[in-house]
Amino acid sequence: MAALVLPLVRSRILGALALAVLAVVLVILPYRIYPLFVMNVFALVLFASAVNLVVGYAGLLSLGHAAFFGGAAYVTAHAAKAWALPFEVSVLLGTAFAALLGLLFGLIGIRRRGIYFAMITLALAQMVYFLAVQLPFTGGEDGIQSVPRGTLLGIVDLGDIRSMYYVVLAGMVIGLVVIWRTIHSPFGHVLAAIRENEARAVSLGLDVARYKLTAFVLSAALSGFAGALKVLSFQLAALNNVSWHLSGEVVLMTLIGGLGTFAGPIIGAASLVTLEQMLATSGLPISLVIGTIFMVCVMLFRRGAWGEVRARLAALADRQGPGKS
Amino acid sequence: MLSVPLVVLLGQVVLGLINGAFYAVLSLGLAIIFGMLNVINFAHGAFYMLGAFVCWLLLTHVGLGYWPALVVVPLVVGAVGVVVERVFLSRLAGIDHLYGLLFTFGLALALEGGFIFVFGAAGNPYPVPDALRGIVRLGPLILPLYRFWVITASIIVCLAVWLLIEKTRLGALLRAATENPRLVTAFGVNVPLLVTLTYGACVGLAGFAGVLAAPIYQVSPTMGSNLIIIVFAVVVIGGLGSIGGSIVTGLALGVIEGLTKVFYPAGSTIVIFLVMVLVLMLRPAGLFGRET
Repeated sequence: MAALVLPLVRSRILGALALAVLAVVLVILPYRIYPLFVMNVFALVLFASAVNLVVGYAGLLSLGHAAFFGGAAYVTAHAAKAWALPFEVSVLLGTAFAALLGLLFGLIGIRRRGIYFAMITLALAQMVYFLAVQLPFTGGEDGIQSVPRGTLLGIVDLGDIRSMYYVVLAGMVIGLVVIWRTIHSPFGHVLAAIRENEARAVSLGLDVARYKLTAFVLSAALSGFAGALKVLSFQLAALNNVSWHLSGEVVLMTLIGGLGTFAGPIIGAASLVTLEQMLATSGLPISLVIGTIFMVCVMLFRRGAWGEVRARLAALADRQGPGKS
Repeated sequence: MLSVPLVVLLGQVVLGLINGAFYAVLSLGLAIIFGMLNVINFAHGAFYMLGAFVCWLLLTHVGLGYWPALVVVPLVVGAVGVVVERVFLSRLAGIDHLYGLLFTFGLALALEGGFIFVFGAAGNPYPVPDALRGIVRLGPLILPLYRFWVITASIIVCLAVWLLIEKTRLGALLRAATENPRLVTAFGVNVPLLVTLTYGACVGLAGFAGVLAAPIYQVSPTMGSNLIIIVFAVVVIGGLGSIGGSIVTGLALGVIEGLTKVFYPAGSTIVIFLVMVLVLMLRPAGLFGRET
């Protein structure tokens, strides 16, 4: 008995310790490296995790999530700048807009599976892109520039980049907690069941389309939340936030980290954003490198980094045998 | 409605047919590839761009003109496609179709990025060949000869492909291999080779469209991705079930786009996507599709 419980306790303590160290690092980080870079990582970690919710957990490949991220970015920027709304209301409006857009995309596409769903989301997102180019309030090629960050609850001035950093950090943590709770809830298990065997889930009497739609809207809302945080960090809403490149990149982030794992998109987003940052100063073409990584991942590492680690650990545990450990 | 002169209206219909011709040639290739490989070839637009670029490079560096390019370029692009299928896509055949889509997505991104890196993002003009300069008169319509040629050539190519697949022995084999590859293998047909050649041929077709496009549009690295997403919408509208269906849908949507330019210019970029939404609500499998 003790042999069974002890490793569990030890791993719990280790886990708590690791989290504590991580928390300290994240708090000190803006004093060590450029905060805006880390804020970009945070926004994309949340974005990739939200995409993972539909792609990895529900098995719906969406190639249109930039519409939610970028759409929310534009709405938030417009609310904060043109309407001079407070920080919280702007973020909320952007998130709500993304959720509504997600509901619309979902209602249109959810009945088609697999490849068709991917093409439909891609096409709908492209429509949003063209709207962003043409509509008067988005500023076309210029985007919406120098968006004011405002103040948090009317008290904390977010013009200070470190204050903004902690707000974005908190936002990411809240978003990740929501995702963690979702995938470990009965709802999350139903999603996994649908992904593994949709016909079986239907025969069990589950309203599959409804579950998928709910997951899709939640994912869209969280993507929008991430977009709102990013736009207020950078104070700029631009067309690259709604382009198909971003939709693809964010799928790549979850893929290289590990589809359908909680840590996967976090690792994937952090490493890809860091890589892009390095590439941006090196003069090498980003798309070429990203596209190549994409191909290598699909050919060789379909489980992703974290998925690979988990599979190796499981294989190791198997070899030791259940009796010995 | 009455305020628009008939000539303007007809002119836009014909211009729409040009876009429609490209939609038709590309969605035709996508449909055949999907039938044989179960892969949505996201790189189709990149191969179209590659075709235009190879054509432009042949002219500027080798001095090879338009007419030889019309033959050489599809062969070059098709050869690239054969390599891509042999080395990569054939290894993805047994797993979830989505990985094929993701792989070709990466390929499209890499090709576009690579060409921007080498040639810059700006467009390069390609001259209209001498034999196709000038205009044609079709009743009240005056049309540049080259555009007339593009429409005619695309429609002839589409019809030829359709006849090849529906009426010849080779086409019968292809259709049989789509339905039941194991049975066709049992008849002694080398199905993997057939699949490779099909991919090469369809990609070559995209390259051919790229040559046709070179004198009309600027030859630029992003010309493929701009087009392919619209073609995806065309494919969703038509459904992937029928070759003839994808040709008709492509041409019809080009015309609808052209007409939108007359009555509501700002809506012309999104009208195809709106049609897609409408079709999905009324006939989720697409106009010519089978429910899967």
